[in-house]
Amino acid sequence: MSTLLDVKDLVVRFYTQEGTVYAVNGVSFELEEGETLGIVGESGSGKSVSSLALMGLIPSPPGKVESGTVMFEGRDLLTLKPDQMRLIRGKEIAMIFQDPMTSLNPVLTIGTQITESLKLHEGMNTSQSRKRAADLLDLVGIPDAYRRLDDYPHQFSGGMRQRVMIAMGLSCNPKLLIADEPTTALDVTIQAQIIELVKQLKDEFNMAMIWITHDLGVVAGIADRIQVMYGGRIMESGTSHEVFRDSRHPYTVGLLGSLPRLDSSGEEKLTQIEGSPPDMRNEPAGCPFAPRCDVREYLQLEKCWDQRPPLESVPDVDGGSMHIMSCWADIREGVLENV
Amino acid sequence: MSSPAMAVDKQKVLDENDHILEVSDLKKHFPISSGIVFQRQVGAVRAVDGVSFNVVRGETLGLVGESGCGKSTTGRTILQLYRPTEGSVKFEGQELSTMTGNDLRQMRRRMQIIFQDPFASLNPRMTVGSIVSEPLQIHNMYANKKERQQYVEQLMERVGLNPYFINRYPHEFSGGQRQRIGIARALALQPSFIVADEPISALDVSIQAQVVNLMEELQDELGLTYLFIAHDLSMVRHICDRVAVMYLGKIVELGPVDEVYDNPQHPYTQALLSAVPVPDPVVEEDRQRIIISGDLPNPSNPPTGCNFNTRCPVAFDLCYQEPDPPLIEVRPKHFVSCHRVT
Ligand SMILES: Nc1ncnc2c1ncn2[C@@H]1O[C@H](COP(=O)(O)OP(=O)(O)O)[C@@H](O)[C@H]1O
Ligand SMILES: Nc1ncnc2c1ncn2[C@@H]1O[C@H](COP(=O)(O)OP(=O)(O)O)[C@@H](O)[C@H]1O
Ligand code: SF4
Ligand code: SF4
Ligand SMILES: [Mg+2]
Ligand SMILES: [Mg+2]
Repeated sequence: MSTLLDVKDLVVRFYTQEGTVYAVNGVSFELEEGETLGIVGESGSGKSVSSLALMGLIPSPPGKVESGTVMFEGRDLLTLKPDQMRLIRGKEIAMIFQDPMTSLNPVLTIGTQITESLKLHEGMNTSQSRKRAADLLDLVGIPDAYRRLDDYPHQFSGGMRQRVMIAMGLSCNPKLLIADEPTTALDVTIQAQIIELVKQLKDEFNMAMIWITHDLGVVAGIADRIQVMYGGRIMESGTSHEVFRDSRHPYTVGLLGSLPRLDSSGEEKLTQIEGSPPDMRNEPAGCPFAPRCDVREYLQLEKCWDQRPPLESVPDVDGGSMHIMSCWADIREGVLENV
Repeated sequence: MSSPAMAVDKQKVLDENDHILEVSDLKKHFPISSGIVFQRQVGAVRAVDGVSFNVVRGETLGLVGESGCGKSTTGRTILQLYRPTEGSVKFEGQELSTMTGNDLRQMRRRMQIIFQDPFASLNPRMTVGSIVSEPLQIHNMYANKKERQQYVEQLMERVGLNPYFINRYPHEFSGGQRQRIGIARALALQPSFIVADEPISALDVSIQAQVVNLMEELQDELGLTYLFIAHDLSMVRHICDRVAVMYLGKIVELGPVDEVYDNPQHPYTQALLSAVPVPDPVVEEDRQRIIISGDLPNPSNPPTGCNFNTRCPVAFDLCYQEPDPPLIEVRPKHFVSCHRVT
């Protein structure tokens, strides 16, 4: 496998009337061809902004990509002109969002919207593109697909609309699909349908995928790698096993501890992380989790306040592992028992 | 990660025969009208379509199911915020569905509601102090202003809000703190029963545990009874003693949480539970998902026969012919409505 996407030191800010919002503060990650990366974190942690930035979709003003590189197949996407970027979006990288209505045009039929991109990117004529559009709707499990091409978005249920979005995303065989909370607005039974569908299509199309969610459970079963974000930074990253079963970052540990589990009777009190997520209008000097971190308090780590911990291999990592985190502390050996 | 000082307490001592609330065959239908000048009723949304259950004093009963299945309407109809179309709601032995005026007002003091969106449910132009004390004024309690302020400060402190902020406005607080304001307001009249309608759904993951822990502490301290409406099935297992699963206006399964989660009997409950993702890749690898196709049918036009027959993976002829299967006790305290099971 080779690297498909290489993001380095991405910094994004918004200059608003209420002050500067430090949305993404130095994010770096790689994605292999065909790999699925799960980006998890609470709302406001910078998940959407970092993915919008690499697609060239940050509204400017007020937003600005301050620095960083996004290498995709040998080109830095951040240096491309808007019309070059438009060709990449939709064709090489597709994106689906939580609310399909934000990306669907309510006054155009579904058929028109899918065929448009097929004509633009694949140079198909009307009848070719209609046939392909119907095939795609069929593939994503929309019954009676050919007839439904002439329906408008509002004639579909929430789950069906998300299927339409997936069909549109897949229409040009992208190398990368970015899904930003695609199931958050859906009921759990419909979410399960969509996850099954995406799993199956991912293999069929051999796409790489970034799945963004605040629901840690959703990515546990689908992602090869997990990246935990907080305060516009990556806290921990590794394989699904490493992050969920050998968590090393105090924030990851705290977050997992605060979640009740479906598969165990909930006798124990939930551990809670005190305080609230950071106000992104303050530029974080050190670790963004410092104000809420019990490990910092227990170990009396003063540098957490004013020195940013680098994103590095976790202590004593196995050879070849990509398990990394951004934390000054080593929580093994008696630390967790005491906080 | 700091473990709160309060001890764990799921071994509540409950008297199963002490029902604080008895709901029987409750229905709430919303009329659908048509016509601009002459409105006439052309149908009805059968939001709640015949539900019966009891709530034991001191317990937390969970109410789960897909959005639109009638959970909120059930909660509101119990509190008489909507008047029932049919059926009976007995609170502390007294029938509420026919109660009006001052009698109903007095009963309402003892039944409160906490909403999902703490922002939408708090008046943005009122200070925290006036939001929390408003119910006291309505019910003429703590007429002495100084005493009232003291009481409000106590309440704020109890829900984890600094009383110093008594004169601040809701927008100056975070989502989790706003939910604490909603809880303080609900507690002001010292209710015994609280309907919590998705109280944590809008909160950040790390804040949800804070609010749930607070609700559990308050229950232990004040002997509260909760009807906990939620779609987060993992949280329901954690916080509830029993759970009722709703589908299209009806209860399809009801029982103690561990019993229902470990032994779901209704095909819908089985699908619902199997669909919930668990944050553990090892568990996820071996999970068998029961994928049910399609969406919730329109509640103004429910299917004939069993409500679930349009999506049920194991439906058979009886399911289309017979009226809805009754809710029957299939194991001790575990009730199911399905022809396959009974
Ligand atoms: N258009 C915008 N203008 C100002 N601030 C924004 C804008 N978009 C996002 N932000 C801010 O950037 C931060 C990161 O947001 P986002 O990436 O959307 O978080 P999430 O992890 O929930 O996807 C938040 O503080 C958010 O308020
Ligand atoms: N005030 C109302 N008027 C008309 N229909 C309503 C009203 N409230 C709820 N409904 C309908 O009743 C059904 C059940 O809604 P609700 O009780 O809010 O479900 P849930 O809380 O389970 O999501 C839905 O179809 C909803 O659209
Ligand atoms: S760097 Fe310090 S404050 Fe940040 S998570 Fe690690 S110990 Fe806690
Ligand atoms: S009664 Fe029939 S349709 Fe209904 S849940 Fe049972 S098996 Fe399925
Ligand atoms: Mg987002
Ligand atoms: Mg509701």
